[in-house]
Amino acid sequence: MTQSEIEAIIERYGRKDSAILSILQDIQTKERYLPRDTLEYVGEKLHIPLNKIYRIATFYRALSLMPRGRHEVCVCMGTACHVRGAQRVLDQITLELGARPGETTKDLNFTLETVNCLGVCAAGPVVAIDGQYFGKMSPGKVEGTLKRFQSDRKKEGTNVKT
Amino acid sequence: MSRLSSPQELEKFRNDILSARDPNQTLITVCGGTGCHASGCHAVVDALKKVIQEKAEGNGVDLRVTGCHGFCERGPLVVLHPRKILYQRVKPDDALTIFEETVVNGRIVENLLYDHLATGKRIVTEEDVPFYQKQKRIIFGNNGNIDPTRIEDYLAVGGYRALGKALFSMKPEEIIQEVKKANLRGRGGGGFPAGVKWEQCRNASGKIKYVICNADEGDPGAYMDRSLLEGNPHSVLEGMIIGAYAIGAHEGYVFVRHEYPLAVVNIGIAIEQAREWGLLGKDILGSGFEFDVQISRGGGAFVAGESTALMATIEGNVGEPRAKHIHTVISGLWDRPTNLNNVETWANVPVIIEQGADWYTQIGTEGSKGTKIFSLVGKVNNTGLVEVPMGITLREIVYDIGGGIPGGKKFKAVQTGGPSGGCIPESLLDLPVDFDRLTEVGSMMGSGGMIVMDESTCMVDVAKYFMNFLKDESCGKCTSCREGTKRMHEILTEITEGRGTIDHLSLLEDLGWVTAEASMCALGGTAPNPVLSTLQYFRDEYEEHIINKRCPAKVCRALLRYRVISEVCKRCGACAKVCPSEAISGKRKTKKEEGTPFKIDARKCIRCGMCFEACKFEAVEIQ
Repeated sequence: MTQSEIEAIIERYGRKDSAILSILQDIQTKERYLPRDTLEYVGEKLHIPLNKIYRIATFYRALSLMPRGRHEVCVCMGTACHVRGAQRVLDQITLELGARPGETTKDLNFTLETVNCLGVCAAGPVVAIDGQYFGKMSPGKVEGTLKRFQSDRKKEGTNVKT
Repeated sequence: MSRLSSPQELEKFRNDILSARDPNQTLITVCGGTGCHASGCHAVVDALKKVIQEKAEGNGVDLRVTGCHGFCERGPLVVLHPRKILYQRVKPDDALTIFEETVVNGRIVENLLYDHLATGKRIVTEEDVPFYQKQKRIIFGNNGNIDPTRIEDYLAVGGYRALGKALFSMKPEEIIQEVKKANLRGRGGGGFPAGVKWEQCRNASGKIKYVICNADEGDPGAYMDRSLLEGNPHSVLEGMIIGAYAIGAHEGYVFVRHEYPLAVVNIGIAIEQAREWGLLGKDILGSGFEFDVQISRGGGAFVAGESTALMATIEGNVGEPRAKHIHTVISGLWDRPTNLNNVETWANVPVIIEQGADWYTQIGTEGSKGTKIFSLVGKVNNTGLVEVPMGITLREIVYDIGGGIPGGKKFKAVQTGGPSGGCIPESLLDLPVDFDRLTEVGSMMGSGGMIVMDESTCMVDVAKYFMNFLKDESCGKCTSCREGTKRMHEILTEITEGRGTIDHLSLLEDLGWVTAEASMCALGGTAPNPVLSTLQYFRDEYEEHIINKRCPAKVCRALLRYRVISEVCKRCGACAKVCPSEAISGKRKTKKEEGTPFKIDARKCIRCGMCFEACKFEAVEIQ
């Protein structure tokens, strides 16, 4: 991320230190993680000590200090999904990807995350991949659903989506 | 368009919008709520657009993508006005049929109608569907009629009329009195009287005051705030402006979960539009009153929905709660008087102001007035959002509106109040639902999640699930909550994995008591509820896990054994094909060979249940 890009984000929130969470979220969206040098730059510009930024970055689920995969697989573990078998769906995805919740696959294609509720309870169990919802999931549907995003990568070749 | 500078201009503009619309023209509304989105409504919208463009060349037929209608189970939903014909589970391929049959020829497409679960009878209009019949949709009803991105649609249904009334014919004190008289109680879960809170905030000293809309709907299984904010954001905004005027605040925040991207977009559009029309900003409707709203996004922490933690987040700090010896109405955001209400509470305000407290208090029970939106989800036929008058019984909600339990299974419990709520058993199904009665039976209203559980739900597993959630979401500030939730989760894990002892049950009760009593905020204070309520009503299930090492609902994996019933096995091999751990062996039946029944090697089996799901002949059983 270039300095002018960071500046643009800081500017978007009126250079207010209280907007730190929103600023970090925008960086996260762009970079898929929070690079250390970016955080240092933001801290310097907004006069926020790095340890406070670190504290915020590690407190919220939406933020990550580690690089994330190209596709985010988000398994809803809300109550409604839970009673309809979300755990089994998650287990199957874990098995399929070889990554546990919070982890990223070695090829950096997928990051597996769980979320407490996506608010799509009627369609549960729900999995969201890159914000696209897949309702009424079952362990049997996992492979096919993930495949859509795998072939996606092949098509793109080196042209990595950001 | 220029800013509206008086209530008269607002009314004139409203009349202009209404007179430009032909009530007899066909209007097709498609539900664009997240539930329908997950069922593919966008493809349906595109297909309808294309058909309308091609066949009608855009004339004579209007298409509108609205907010959530509530009946998510049957999505994508399409309603044809003015006849209000409801088509459900519509696919893109149906677009042409709908257009040619219904729009052109006025005929009903039978196979898209809702079929009554019990009688199989086809039902034509929305209002005749049992799911909607017992509801009273005073807050949520407009969701299905308006495009949330068009302020004109909100004005057409009477939007911002209450604001005009509040600003020009009521004093701030009168507004507070009206809200107090209506006994509007906080819909976010606490149930605190909103009018009292407003009055305290108004009377608090300090020039700068804030109002906040809490849209950090973190309770799993609840999504009414999301649907309101996505589907009718102006109603929430109107409530906030009225509240700010009554309290004397000039700045407001809407705090939204980052998991709700569409809600962030739609409230953002609504704020922009309200500013353009002179309904936000300086000199609102020419009254001289100034108020503006900003959006603040959450970061995915459940505890940040707690009022003090939420304010800390807006301030740019870590979202941890603080002790509330001094209430936030006195010293909240940046130590200034701050009034926080939840999305649904704010959406109630315009209704109360426009219709009056006398009308409003006719709905509901002695202590809880008005309606409540519940998200009816889990093991129930008609999942979705339902708005019901306070005092309706759980049985009416689950059976009359929800259509009972799918697959002929037996009802076990309904969980209300989110992670800190409780599980209510069948014996209490006739309980009238209001704030006080739910608390009496060890649960709570919470934000309105209502999760139905049937005989295939294990109550110990449910308690473990909630405790897992709470231990993760505990911010760790209070030892009792941080350690209490963790230890309770450990004990529940022991029990579900067959290592529980009978002493564990009293230990759970003790831990629960300490966690509740010694924690600062409501998260810890109510954290033991799921454990204590399941122990109270479903103790036998705990004992079955501990004494007989059995999970009666066949959920707790460590206590299960999968087996192929050889007499039933058709030797198709479907189970072996899906088994991820190659635990199933046998010979497939072919034209030449008889094959042998398949067998599961218990040592290799990881109990994922794939074989159970794959077998079409019910030859795989769980022991």
